[in-house]
Amino acid sequence: MSTVEELKLRVRELENELIKCKQKSCNTAYQASSRPKIAQMSSEVVDSNPYSRLMALKRMGIVEDYEKIRTYAVAVVGVGGVGSVTAEMLTRCGIGKLLLFDYDKVELANMNRLFFQPHQAGLSKVEAAENTLRNINPDVTFEVHNYNITTVDNFTHFMDRISNGGLQQGKPVDLVLSCVDNFEARMAINTACNELGQIWMESGVSENAMSGHIQLISPGETACFACAPPLVVAANIDEKTLKKDGVCAASLPTTMGVVAGMLVQNVLKFLLGFGTVSHYLGYNAMQDFFPTMSMKPNPQCSDAHCRGQQQEYQKKEALRPREEVAETEEEVLHEDNEWGIELVSEVTEEELQSASGPMPALPEGITFSYALPSESGDSASAAPTVGEEDLSLEELMAQMKKI
Amino acid sequence: MADEATRKAVSEIPLLKTNSGPRDKELWVQRLREEYLALIKYVENNKAADNDWFRLESNKEGTRWFGKCWYIHDLLKYEFEVEFDIPVTYPATAPEVAIPELDGKTAKMYRGGRICLTDHFKPLWARNVPKFGLAHLMALGLGPWLAVEIPDLISKGLIEHKDQQGS
Repeated sequence: MSTVEELKLRVRELENELIKCKQKSCNTAYQASSRPKIAQMSSEVVDSNPYSRLMALKRMGIVEDYEKIRTYAVAVVGVGGVGSVTAEMLTRCGIGKLLLFDYDKVELANMNRLFFQPHQAGLSKVEAAENTLRNINPDVTFEVHNYNITTVDNFTHFMDRISNGGLQQGKPVDLVLSCVDNFEARMAINTACNELGQIWMESGVSENAMSGHIQLISPGETACFACAPPLVVAANIDEKTLKKDGVCAASLPTTMGVVAGMLVQNVLKFLLGFGTVSHYLGYNAMQDFFPTMSMKPNPQCSDAHCRGQQQEYQKKEALRPREEVAETEEEVLHEDNEWGIELVSEVTEEELQSASGPMPALPEGITFSYALPSESGDSASAAPTVGEEDLSLEELMAQMKKI
Repeated sequence: MADEATRKAVSEIPLLKTNSGPRDKELWVQRLREEYLALIKYVENNKAADNDWFRLESNKEGTRWFGKCWYIHDLLKYEFEVEFDIPVTYPATAPEVAIPELDGKTAKMYRGGRICLTDHFKPLWARNVPKFGLAHLMALGLGPWLAVEIPDLISKGLIEHKDQQGS
């Protein structure tokens, strides 16, 4: 006799099967109308050419070599409100290869955002996205991974795909895009990219949906995600009037669409070499304000690989002939990075001022999400540190079990 | 953020020394020993203060943790299963504690029953890397969450005491 739990699980499995079957019948209907692969991008202006308006960028002299986009592989981590739209834009632009990473399923609660459709509810986001995107542009190569990158085993695999998942097997991807919605996943991407020396772009939308940002991180050259507390675009909303009872996060298709657009624009400029590539671009939806800035890496960054990349970068820079460019970059300097105990929750003005030595003067509209206090100003290490017990890990595990 | 009782409890949890994550081989074992020492001390403190409220254990690598937590409301004990993975970036980032059986019952949760911590938790954690460990996560993260959410869920009839179930 099966338990209720087992039966519930079975029902869920069958529901998933059903969704997939429905999806397949939809797809066969689509496929009848979908086009064959195109070997060469043509700039011929005819109704049947999906690339004519993109190739026009070349004719107008904006982009030197648009076809080059087919030689690039981009990894999109997080296929939610920002990531799915990002992937769709890159697909429509004719990117060579897309690698998608997400562990989540499509839910009806996602329908206030773009891209996913109600009939896809229950499917994994990467699977649903691949189906739709392949139909939009069969020229793009897809590789999807349905897992959480922050766990130890998956992270190893993730690192391997970043370094070997390029358009040619064994070559690294050209760019990693972070479209995740949490600090842990951003730090995991940061760790991987610092270790591999992989250039990536970070994106984010605030939990009240009223601000967002994109940031280019080139390990060793610009500040990494661990160099300073996360930057936030001030939304100019009084925190005290912000009601957070009963909700974790709000979201809007508009803000997410704007951020995805800013992100992919920066990707195209970076890959195809036109315009100015932004190091940091913020979006304040309340005032329609777009602050920009650039930040150098922190020599005392807590990530050892970031510090290593900084040395590499400086060595390379020293060898390069000097170009006369007026730099306006500001440096993040933490006099010490020894973070002490602090049980005060409110970040006061004084705290911000005294926080970890000189903070860079951030441009108007951008702040740090919190301050790191300096060791000296701390409410002292009230608690003792763990003792030097001789017990082995196994003995401690057993002891814990016995309590 | 933290009330006086929480502050006192936290100040009595031993601080950790080893800044090491699950991808480090030997140093991680050292860190795990410290995690267990701090957790054992915290549970013992709780028992001494007649406020025993959770048990945790891990797989042998110390990367996956599971156990139980409970909350007493109107003299009735409500018990829940807790689980979380240690992220590769630990201890720079705290694990995301989940109570899967409450998934969908409260808006103060992310997918999979991961509890939504207060705005204060992350800065507090960041300021105390690597001194804070899993015991601190329980005391400053899960503990306060249960204290706010469980009475609310009971009052809304979304969770029932085991004895009243199925009647």
